[in-house]
Amino acid sequence: MEINGVEIRDTFAEAFRMWASRAVITARSRRWALEAGRAMTGFATSVIGCKVEAGIERELDADATPDGREGVSVLLFAFDAEGVAKRLVERVGQTVLTCPSTACFDGLPEAEERIQVGGVLRHFGDRHQSSKVLEGRRYWRIPVMEGEFLVEETFGVQKAIGGGNFLILARDADAALDAAEHAVAAMRGVPGVVLPFPGGVVRSGSKVGAKHYKGMIASTNDAYCPTLRGRIGVASELPPDVNSVLEIVVNGLDREAIEAAMRAGIRAACRPGVVQISAGNYGGRLGKHQFHLHAILGG
Amino acid sequence: MSVVVLEPRAEPAVPLEAAGIRPDAFAALDEAEIARLPVWHGNEAARLGDFFRVSGGRSADVRIAGDAGRVKHLGNGMTGGRLVIEGNTGAHVGAEMTGGRIIIEGDAGPWAGAEMRGGVLEIRGNAGSHLAAAYAGSPRGMNGGLVLVHGSAGDLAAERMRRGIVAVAGDVGDYAGAAMLAGTLLVFGRLGRRPGAGLRRGTIVAGGEVEPLPTFRYACTYRPTFLRVYLRRLREEHGFSIDPRFLDGAYRRYNGDFADLGRGELLIWTTP
Repeated sequence: MEINGVEIRDTFAEAFRMWASRAVITARSRRWALEAGRAMTGFATSVIGCKVEAGIERELDADATPDGREGVSVLLFAFDAEGVAKRLVERVGQTVLTCPSTACFDGLPEAEERIQVGGVLRHFGDRHQSSKVLEGRRYWRIPVMEGEFLVEETFGVQKAIGGGNFLILARDADAALDAAEHAVAAMRGVPGVVLPFPGGVVRSGSKVGAKHYKGMIASTNDAYCPTLRGRIGVASELPPDVNSVLEIVVNGLDREAIEAAMRAGIRAACRPGVVQISAGNYGGRLGKHQFHLHAILGG
Repeated sequence: MSVVVLEPRAEPAVPLEAAGIRPDAFAALDEAEIARLPVWHGNEAARLGDFFRVSGGRSADVRIAGDAGRVKHLGNGMTGGRLVIEGNTGAHVGAEMTGGRIIIEGDAGPWAGAEMRGGVLEIRGNAGSHLAAAYAGSPRGMNGGLVLVHGSAGDLAAERMRRGIVAVAGDVGDYAGAAMLAGTLLVFGRLGRRPGAGLRRGTIVAGGEVEPLPTFRYACTYRPTFLRVYLRRLREEHGFSIDPRFLDGAYRRYNGDFADLGRGELLIWTTP
């Protein structure tokens, strides 16, 4: 299969079951909502090292938020609902409560499973907090020096998928980065997904464990490292004319969202200088979900 | 879904007590059974069919096609369904209701929504005294749900309210929110004397100028975010008309009533 002369390998991305919540952050201006959103999703690239994966899903116009102010929606992923709850309390408490003019709302109100967020953070109010209930949803008003921080008591949490991915194999590093930037721009318009790595792009794709260091959970994906081609003990997966590889990792609330994002991203990445699109997997042994590139692209 | 229509035959000589008119009960009754429901006309036992021409049955969607200004206790304790009154109603409409929706296209008498615990009571005209209040001897008044009054309301609105929202587009009389335990009273017109007297917790929002009791203390002027959530919800989900200045404006906050617990608040709209 080819798109714009770029070969699409007949392989699949292997992804994992995760749990996710969506937080809607509003503020006096979009600038401050983004400040809070960026802070909340910082150092949240991989559960391996960060205990959580998160990203800004999209910016929200005033008519799309509960309080009629501009905002952002954030998706946060962990291995289980309890993990999502812990990380959400930590991050809303340290990065949204602290940020001027913000409020924080549940972005998955239909989810049956609920986790306490405002119900925990309210204790910051030292018994000066108060709550309001509107149509079954409780909102905590926590007094702060600026005025008042409003946060919803519970947030929805649902099963989700982490680790959807594809690899951009290019002739040089500039072409790989250019293709990755175009892919990210296309994928950021898809609802229900986030790209948790810096700028949406990963240069350090990994394999499970390590051959030489037993304590490592993950180590460099030597088969896709161009500098290791030809080295003894390395089974390179790179075609001869490939000198740089970048990976796009995508987490989503459901399979359809990830497929839509991968489809948009791969098509956008098929640009001059790109040789091949591939995907990361573990032979189907580890992840519950497989995203076959040809099937996603309608091949 | 079919609609049960009750068409008034004639205005009762004295107020009719018709607590049996509730949509959730009608859902299980046919036309003849509804017409046979007992009502009290003064001290005389009578049948619903003596005062209303009934058409339809087995539906929780009920419409009173005319004025019921002398009919009391409509929708009392209802748990669901929809009751539309095309004219006025007498006292106690929606009292103790726990679910469903009542729409009164005219005025409601006193004690509308008294001690209600859920559902929506919408009064497109004016409401009498004791709106969503507590009956004598009860520890608490309204304990959940939503009351919308597009006109004005009388004295003692939301008295001893415990939970829920009462929104009045116009004015309210004296002692609004007196002895409130919690909940939210929104008044976009003027409030009468002594609003929030004995307020323990809860919120009274005043869209017009009001003089707080001396047992309230000024705290600050700010823009409460929760109020934006409330007002947007009322406007967009319930079609309640709210001037944009109340959404965007600042509010003077007074804490009180320090003659009681003093954990309530009076929010008075001020310039944007």
